Amino acid sequence: MCESLALYMRYVGVSLRAQMQYRVSFVLQVLAQLGVTSIEFFTIAVLFARFGALEGWSLPRVAILYGLVHVSFALAEALGRGFDVFPELVRGGGFDRILLRPRGAAFQVLAAEFQVMRIGRLAQGLAVLVWGLAAQEHAWAWSDAVLIAWAILGGVCFFGALMIFSATLAFWTVEGLELMNVLTYGGVETAQFPLDIYRPWFRAVFTFGVPLACVNYLPAQALFGAATPERVLAGWLAPLACAAFLGVSLLAWRAGVRRYVSTGS
Amino acid sequence: MNAYYALFGARFRELLQYRAAAIAGFVTQLFWGLIRIMIFEAFYRVLSAAQPMRFEEVVTYVWLSQAFLMLIPFRMDGEAMQKVRDGSVVYELARPLDLYGLWFARALALRLAPTLLRAVPLLAIAACGLGLQAPASWAAAAAGAASLAAAFLLAAALTALVTTSLFWTVSGEGVARLLPLTIWICSGIVLPLPFFPEWLQRVLEWLPFQGLIDVPFRLYLGHLPPEAALAQIGKQLAWTAALVLLGRGLLNRGLRRLEVQGG
Amino acid sequence: MPQILVEGLVKTYRVAERRPGVWGALHGLVRRAYREVRALDGVSFSIEAGEIVGYIGPNGAGKSSTVKVLSGILTPDAGRVEVAGRVPWLERAAHVAGIGVVFGQRTQLWWDLPVVESFELLGAIYRVPEAERLRRQAELTERLELGALLDTPVRQLSLGQRMRCDLAASLLHAPSILFLDEPTIGLDASAKLAVRDFVKRLNRERGVTVILTTHDMDDIEALCSRVMLIDRGRMLRDGSMAALREEGQGERRLVVDLEDEQTEVADADARVVARDGHRVTLHYDPRRVPTAHLIARIAARHALRDLFVEHPPIEEWIARLYREARA
Repeated sequence: MCESLALYMRYVGVSLRAQMQYRVSFVLQVLAQLGVTSIEFFTIAVLFARFGALEGWSLPRVAILYGLVHVSFALAEALGRGFDVFPELVRGGGFDRILLRPRGAAFQVLAAEFQVMRIGRLAQGLAVLVWGLAAQEHAWAWSDAVLIAWAILGGVCFFGALMIFSATLAFWTVEGLELMNVLTYGGVETAQFPLDIYRPWFRAVFTFGVPLACVNYLPAQALFGAATPERVLAGWLAPLACAAFLGVSLLAWRAGVRRYVSTGS
Repeated sequence: MNAYYALFGARFRELLQYRAAAIAGFVTQLFWGLIRIMIFEAFYRVLSAAQPMRFEEVVTYVWLSQAFLMLIPFRMDGEAMQKVRDGSVVYELARPLDLYGLWFARALALRLAPTLLRAVPLLAIAACGLGLQAPASWAAAAAGAASLAAAFLLAAALTALVTTSLFWTVSGEGVARLLPLTIWICSGIVLPLPFFPEWLQRVLEWLPFQGLIDVPFRLYLGHLPPEAALAQIGKQLAWTAALVLLGRGLLNRGLRRLEVQGG
Repeated sequence: MPQILVEGLVKTYRVAERRPGVWGALHGLVRRAYREVRALDGVSFSIEAGEIVGYIGPNGAGKSSTVKVLSGILTPDAGRVEVAGRVPWLERAAHVAGIGVVFGQRTQLWWDLPVVESFELLGAIYRVPEAERLRRQAELTERLELGALLDTPVRQLSLGQRMRCDLAASLLHAPSILFLDEPTIGLDASAKLAVRDFVKRLNRERGVTVILTTHDMDDIEALCSRVMLIDRGRMLRDGSMAALREEGQGERRLVVDLEDEQTEVADADARVVARDGHRVTLHYDPRRVPTAHLIARIAARHALRDLFVEHPPIEEWIARLYREARA
């Protein structure tokens, strides 16, 4: 375990040095990402300025939802970039090279790239999260900080699982993989707002189909003042559901690798 | 003219090859429209103040913007940009075509082809039970259509401008990355422009980006009266002309720079 | 017990058939039609430690399927395979730690980084102790003359330099078996020689078993004592290079340059295979007609400027074997 972590850090170092070869492009990418995510929050703020409130949700509370989902997504994107570009790896035969090395395939794909430019989304998400938390009239406890970190961990698992699922599909098909964006980017877009505002069928898809509700909606409600004990419990358990989702995605991945090894394509 | 026509056809066939990608894009845009409409639906459920648009108008605006998403110059002309970056653009000069004209035509094809491919099915579905409304009147329909045509020219001029700016490496990369962002926010694709704060709307009126989708859509809705069409379309075309001139000027200077550096 | 043992290896791929047109694509979504392609059809062989074996065959013959099975990244449908006492695909991680694989077409080095950083990372991936890695790296650097290249980013290397670095990269963990797939493709003459010399020395001094797949018969002749010839998933020949040459060189060719371009050359024991201006090429079987007799007969009939006798190139013989196997 320790040895794998050390190796992972080496991979990260290699990936960082490779990215630093293109500095101007890197800075512009970070700025562009900061811009895109800022626009997203700006439009939310504009809507709140027009409408005042959203079915009992204030802007700062929505900001907490927004912050949690964007921080999780940014971390997952930075960590899981290898899964993101996996279809190209399979098409170009690079996955053979991975199988020729004496380490786990998922580990090597994960380690292949740590994408620093996601720091743009991360910074913006963190800023919004902190602003939302500061605007709550509520005595903060240490347990809240732990819950936030715990929720972010769950969110990283959730988005990581989506990336692994979509990479796994590449073992079967190379076409139409863009459809998974509906769940990843669509999930981020959806989770910026409280799930209870959506129509029931849609809510069901993002609660039971994929556990998006566990990324921010359930944990955030445990943070707000006057949360019922059931809500607090649900908030603390939610990240476990995300971890379980990640587990399922890894099982699917293994099935995909087995298929690759038996079909050779 | 034939060369430009051929270019168009090539772009279309290229897109049609990637059928699965087209279907995926279509589903994604449909899904996105649904999310945004549901968010507005929730905001409109408890109304405390008068809004700049009715809910039905917002729904139509959202569907139109999903249908014409590819009109927005967000992804630029990657192939031409690469040619400028690596300097192989000099070989293009050997062809008996006006280079700016070629880039403009490519840009137009780049905007038109995917839009036509996706707009028709999306609008058809949105009109059947997802709340897309008919235009406010025959006059509104005509004004919207004319303005939409002008919008394609404007979008092509913006795309060609980004390509030419790449002759200046660092600032060009900056333009290529940051102009799409500006367009993204200022065009109305993420949020209909009437919702923006009034002071910001005053500013946007002086910029070209409003002419991409906001003006055509509001003419269609009757949110801008058909009488305003002439002035609005005039503004779109004036901006297009200005951007074409700017693009041409940059291209000429850029090519001179390239010659001085010795290719 | 040989180091590599393969018995009755069978592998069949299912290839999706595409129908033309939009209607065909839609139909394909609902029900796919498959065609079966038998890539390996009962291949058997065994290789002892320390051999250099050339594995040749036309494209699609089953070479890369065999190599994939042997390297543990493809599971066969049937057959028995043991490499160094292991079944490759059942114990992938343990198996690949003991082999090295070089693809001439693809580098395994990190594109944007100096070569030495790839070496460091590979050392860690293969769990080679740091001191050990440095020692081997120094040795390989000396043998392959990489000194000036170690700090160069891979993308700036020439093809020949890159291939030398790739060879070193695949040997840092001291594998006992090395798979080389087209290692000299696209290289210039001196780079080819450098690669061949290195592989030869590696085999002689370290006893590393080498399995070489290539289309370049010069590679095979320079390196391999043994050749395996495969086509359509079946082994056509497996034996020493000398035996293959012997078999192929039952035929000999006589090339004559005539004084007069118009002359027709004919002989009962030889056939004309090529004619180009003054030059005529004949094939004959020296067991049926002694070379001296043939030359004497032709020289008596025609005015000659020059003549020489040679073996037909081995490529021609191999191409004929393929044709015969397919007929």
